[in-house]
Amino acid sequence: MIHPIPSGTRDVLPEETREVRAITDVLRGAFERHGYGEVYTPALEYESVLARADMAEARPAYRVFDETGAVLVLRSDMTVPIARVVATRYGASEPPLRFCYFAHCYRGVRPQRGQPRELLQAGIELIGAPAPQGTAEALSVLCAALDATGLKDFRIGLGDASLFPALMASLGVPEQARDGLLQALVLRDFVGLELALAESGLSGDAAELLLAVPQRRGGPGMLADTPPQAAEAVTGLRRVHELLEPNVAERVIFDLGLVRNIGYYTGAVFEVYDPAFGAPIGGGGRYDELLGRFGRPLPAVGFALEVESLHKALAGEERGTGAMLANTPGGAA
Amino acid sequence: MSATNGLTIAVPRGALFSGTVDLLAALGLDTDELRSNDRKLLFEDIGVITMRPSDVPTYVEAGAADLGVTGKDVLLEQGGRATDFGEGGREVYELLDLGFGRCTMVLASKAGPDPALAALRRLGVMRVATKYPRIAARHLEETGRQAEIVEVKGSVELAPLTGMVEAIVDLTATGTTLRENNLVEREEIVVCTARLIANPVAHKLKAAPIDELLARLRELPAAARGRGAPASSPEGDPV
Repeated sequence: MIHPIPSGTRDVLPEETREVRAITDVLRGAFERHGYGEVYTPALEYESVLARADMAEARPAYRVFDETGAVLVLRSDMTVPIARVVATRYGASEPPLRFCYFAHCYRGVRPQRGQPRELLQAGIELIGAPAPQGTAEALSVLCAALDATGLKDFRIGLGDASLFPALMASLGVPEQARDGLLQALVLRDFVGLELALAESGLSGDAAELLLAVPQRRGGPGMLADTPPQAAEAVTGLRRVHELLEPNVAERVIFDLGLVRNIGYYTGAVFEVYDPAFGAPIGGGGRYDELLGRFGRPLPAVGFALEVESLHKALAGEERGTGAMLANTPGGAA
Repeated sequence: MSATNGLTIAVPRGALFSGTVDLLAALGLDTDELRSNDRKLLFEDIGVITMRPSDVPTYVEAGAADLGVTGKDVLLEQGGRATDFGEGGREVYELLDLGFGRCTMVLASKAGPDPALAALRRLGVMRVATKYPRIAARHLEETGRQAEIVEVKGSVELAPLTGMVEAIVDLTATGTTLRENNLVEREEIVVCTARLIANPVAHKLKAAPIDELLARLRELPAAARGRGAPASSPEGDPV
């Protein structure tokens, strides 16, 4: 007999569960040691509540009606539910607030790609801690947690979501052209970006900067000759980097083209890469305006690790996997 | 370090093969075995793997290759609009337009009065055969026409000749196959060329070798970049 389950979902049997549990236990220990208390929130929320956040690509994909006709959604991440918790349950608490979570989130999938509909995320949210200290703390917790799992070769790409928009504004890109250019960057389409720039009527120098700056990535040395139009965001990244302990700082790759396809990020954004896995295994960033939409304006930063991807990266490192034999990316968000 | 900086490159068999191999040769790679042995798939000593063009994004996205060469038609068909939920493109970087393998995605129908127009007027919907259902559906949606997309795997030209559909969406380089089958191009949808794509993790962790390779590719004379013959027979690489 075959009793199917929806594509992109799966059963996890004891052997795998033991391995996954070992990873989440280690992560939980690291989060707790840094003062992050674990929370649970409902998998189902009111659509009208989650819609306060600008989720872009990561917005909820599954809706149901309840017995009163209200529209409920399956949460697509934990950042927005925790923002709601902070605004409603911690309205008078003195920040900063520190939470961690281990929760399944639900995403729409493209068919035939092996993408998960249900993905297990492990993450933290640090509410009420502004840049650069808050960002540096989140990066430090991220590294401590990954170190604790035994992952060896991971690196953290660090960029700023406001960098490219600021660059466009300072170079005088017309308002109506900005969305298209940013969209090309979000789609990782540098050919499309180059074409759109050629058609935009911008001066050659401006177009060249808009194409070259987001392709810049590397160590701190790369920041030295940053064009003045991007200086503000880069100074912010440098300040974060200066606050990091050497063992964290050496993991960082500055990436001036890093944009994440979730709308609520406002400042520093980051992604975790491991050479044993073909897709980012997690990421996060600053979302200084999200809490305000729930009525408790506080700066905030957080990250989520895709536990299954982390598991595959750990297994890949164990096998010595390189580019010639790779894992299938799973939970790239 | 090898001519490809120790990177693994996914090379498409079929219409884009010769252009890609010429490019690798111009970069200084020893391509003799690659040219002479068309059964071998994995050329580890030069960091090359070969596959059909539509598989290139799959291997690159998974990190089985750091870089790859494939047609824009493949990327468009496997991608989508970022505004569609869960329909963003493949998670790969599109780094460079390589210029060769130039062909055009067109809407075509039988010569004479356009049967697609008549169908739209009288039946409210046109039937369109294609190997590129997503590109076709997107184009017809964006131009405000209702269509039934019929996906076929083989020669698309047959479909309108038998009356199964009123129009086709297909890739054409010279238009010869269309003409020989008494079909005419009605609309140009998009021009496609070969593109260099990169895995998103390799793009960060192997930034220096990738950027160095990109710089050398950009410096190649246009003749070397565009030398590959046009894809005269796109039938070789169905998506």
